[in-house]
Amino acid sequence: MADSQIHVALAGNPNCGKTTLFNLITGANGYVGNWPGVTVEKKEAKLLSDKNVTITDLPGIYSLSPYSPEEQCSRDYLMSGEPDVVVQVVDATNLERNLYLALQVIETGLPVVVALNMADLVEKNGDKIDTDKLSKKLGCPVMMISALKNKGIKELFEQVKKSAASKGQVPEHKFDSSIEDVLDHIENNLPASVPANKRRYYAVKLFERDADACKLINLTKEKAARVEELVAQCEQDCDDDAESIITGERYGVIAHIIDECLTKAPAKMSTSEKIDRVVTNRILGLPIFVVIMFCVYYIAVSTLGGTVTDFTNDQLFGTDGWYVLGQGRDAYDAAVEAAGDNADSVDPAQYGPYVPGITTVVHDALVAGGTEDGGLVDSLVCDGIVGGLGAIFGFVPQMFLLFVMLSFLEDCGYMARVAFIMDRVFRRFGLSGKSFIPMLVSSGCGVPGVMATKTIENEKDRRMTVMTTTFIPCGAKLPIIALLMGSIIGDSSTTAAWISPLFYFLGVFAVIASGLMLKKTKLFAGRPTPFVMELPAYHFPAIRSWALHVWERCWAFIKKAGTVIFASTVVVWFLSNFGSYNGSFGFLPAMDGIPEEFMDYSVLAMLGNLVAWIFAPLGFSTWQATALTVSGLVAKENVVATAGSLLSVADAAETDPSLWTAFAGMFPTMGACVAFGAFNLLCAPCFAAMGTIRNQMDSGKWTAIAIGYECAFAWVIGLFINQFYNLLVLGQFGFWTVVAIVLLVAMLFQIFRPMPKYAWTDEDETNTASAAVSA
Amino acid sequence: MKTLGDVKVGESSTIVKLHGEGALRRHLMDLGLIKGTSFKVVKVAPLGDPVEINVRGYELSIRKEEAAVVEVQ
Repeated sequence: MADSQIHVALAGNPNCGKTTLFNLITGANGYVGNWPGVTVEKKEAKLLSDKNVTITDLPGIYSLSPYSPEEQCSRDYLMSGEPDVVVQVVDATNLERNLYLALQVIETGLPVVVALNMADLVEKNGDKIDTDKLSKKLGCPVMMISALKNKGIKELFEQVKKSAASKGQVPEHKFDSSIEDVLDHIENNLPASVPANKRRYYAVKLFERDADACKLINLTKEKAARVEELVAQCEQDCDDDAESIITGERYGVIAHIIDECLTKAPAKMSTSEKIDRVVTNRILGLPIFVVIMFCVYYIAVSTLGGTVTDFTNDQLFGTDGWYVLGQGRDAYDAAVEAAGDNADSVDPAQYGPYVPGITTVVHDALVAGGTEDGGLVDSLVCDGIVGGLGAIFGFVPQMFLLFVMLSFLEDCGYMARVAFIMDRVFRRFGLSGKSFIPMLVSSGCGVPGVMATKTIENEKDRRMTVMTTTFIPCGAKLPIIALLMGSIIGDSSTTAAWISPLFYFLGVFAVIASGLMLKKTKLFAGRPTPFVMELPAYHFPAIRSWALHVWERCWAFIKKAGTVIFASTVVVWFLSNFGSYNGSFGFLPAMDGIPEEFMDYSVLAMLGNLVAWIFAPLGFSTWQATALTVSGLVAKENVVATAGSLLSVADAAETDPSLWTAFAGMFPTMGACVAFGAFNLLCAPCFAAMGTIRNQMDSGKWTAIAIGYECAFAWVIGLFINQFYNLLVLGQFGFWTVVAIVLLVAMLFQIFRPMPKYAWTDEDETNTASAAVSA
Repeated sequence: MKTLGDVKVGESSTIVKLHGEGALRRHLMDLGLIKGTSFKVVKVAPLGDPVEINVRGYELSIRKEEAAVVEVQ
């Protein structure tokens, strides 16, 4: 090393306490990024106690095989030459399986320090591990630590610094002599350029016919043939394939080590097993799951979170303002009631410790500072900027609560059980057992819903869930449903009770149909992801990691989604407030003689007219309908208010019959009206949710695919509703009826046809690759 | 051929051979499901699939579909 910097890699199985250790030693001010080319998270930070030490947290893996992206990038990093030393974190309560990865990491020839984590639990169980003997057997230092209790960490890093200066070890452990002979031969055939401490690693990889390693080493044709001959002979002798032989040998070595180094206390039923007897019980499992999910939803979305979010939106950021601890609220409400039509003249400050909303404060400050009331600057700042920020921060309390609970469920080990319980249902639709949580949360709000997909490890499952989860109607879409119901039936209070569930069914149908269709497309093609998953022992999460988990997720939302939503809100503000009237272009509300509904002259109206033809087959080709859809993108709850202002119904609410009539008047038929509703419920979600999708997908291409798919699907469903209404109720038949029928047939075909052949292409590629290697 | 999916809840057995190919096979091996490994089927999920097995001192959840590549005694 030219500089005094030490690079330490943290490796280990999932759930071995690696992240807890990382957070503890770095203070978790780490930089989170992705490994190049794959969406596997990479964390890097400086050691708190010594800024010259950089720690890289590798993803939790079981092996250094070349099959999963996590494993691939881990071994690429280990072999890159950057790390000076590897800290191999081992869950000491499960030595056998954890040592399997440890052996492979030791074989890389890098200096390794094995950290036996969860020493406190080992002690509690009454087990004994002979670390000196283990150290001798593995050929590297072994230290007992407890990341949770902060024990042995200082000693560990003293050893790490010592080891970093060493050259690394040649692995101590030996396989069966017949296998060792073959490995020796392969080692002799390796080019001289492979350094001594890495020869064993590459010999084993060549034995396993590891495609990446073969490419890297690039043996001469002659030598490759010689190696292949040796391996084939060995396979014949052992009556097994090369990969199995090596795996078997490794576990054999481990069994031997454990015999000598571990004294297990007599087995008794662990707490984890006791909990699981109830929680994943065949009969109780589902009810318990439903109750837990209901609680999460109820607290985060309906009650506490919802209240705080409404407060933030309407009172803190809005124009309503608020009373400290609610004092004076009743008196004010009574005064407003008494004032009747003059309600605006009631001064809320007279009735208690009143704090005006931020919008009001900013507005008053601007006006006091000489800005024109309702003018360009006032409008931009109050409606555009403060409104936009409010839309972002309004979600934060809900998300915070949700993540407090979800992170707990995840960190304590329950989430793995959720996948276990729900897998059967969701895998039919190409989703994962863990997709349930995002869907449930989305019925409250799509933003935390999309964020909740973070717990789905598998990339395909996660992408599919992100794409479909916002089909579930969120809380903000309820006013749209109520408005529709009022317009169609003329009564939103009684009938909405049974009609609004229909829209939930439409959402659920959209999820299922999309899952069934998408999983057969090339985007999601491939064997259904295997569901072989460890059910980790339950444990109370480290408070520090738990808090960090929540903070990281909330901050990621505020930061990344914030920029997108904020920019979009300002753009929409511009589009709807600027336009040309009487031949001059400018800020509409400030123009002379402009009518109240100035939006008719806005850029939004012009654009609406330009794209209105898209919605002609759906029955609503007016620019107003298009403008409503656009305003729904800012926030779905805007649709009703915008409808009010576009249709010149003052102070419109979704329960206002005059708005129903005006709204129904926008559409030629009832079919068109329902089609409009269906399109708005299913199409791209609000900017906040889109920002979150962008954040979650971490790819512009996939964000475009997700939003594009949602809009296209919504359009097709709208087309079905309008065209089939025209055909079946009004008896009209035309070009678009044919299109609708063709699309319906295509959709049914895609839903019901068997899994197509190309779905297995990725598998075939692997086969050809391995065939090429063996050839 | 008797597979892991055929073993009843509460029963133990030993792995005879791992069939299948590619990533799934390797993943199962890495998790310690190899020839000669004994395991116990602890329980089955409320909806009948997947199953939970105890192997090498930890709990593993596996779908019956994937368990079909594991031949047992």
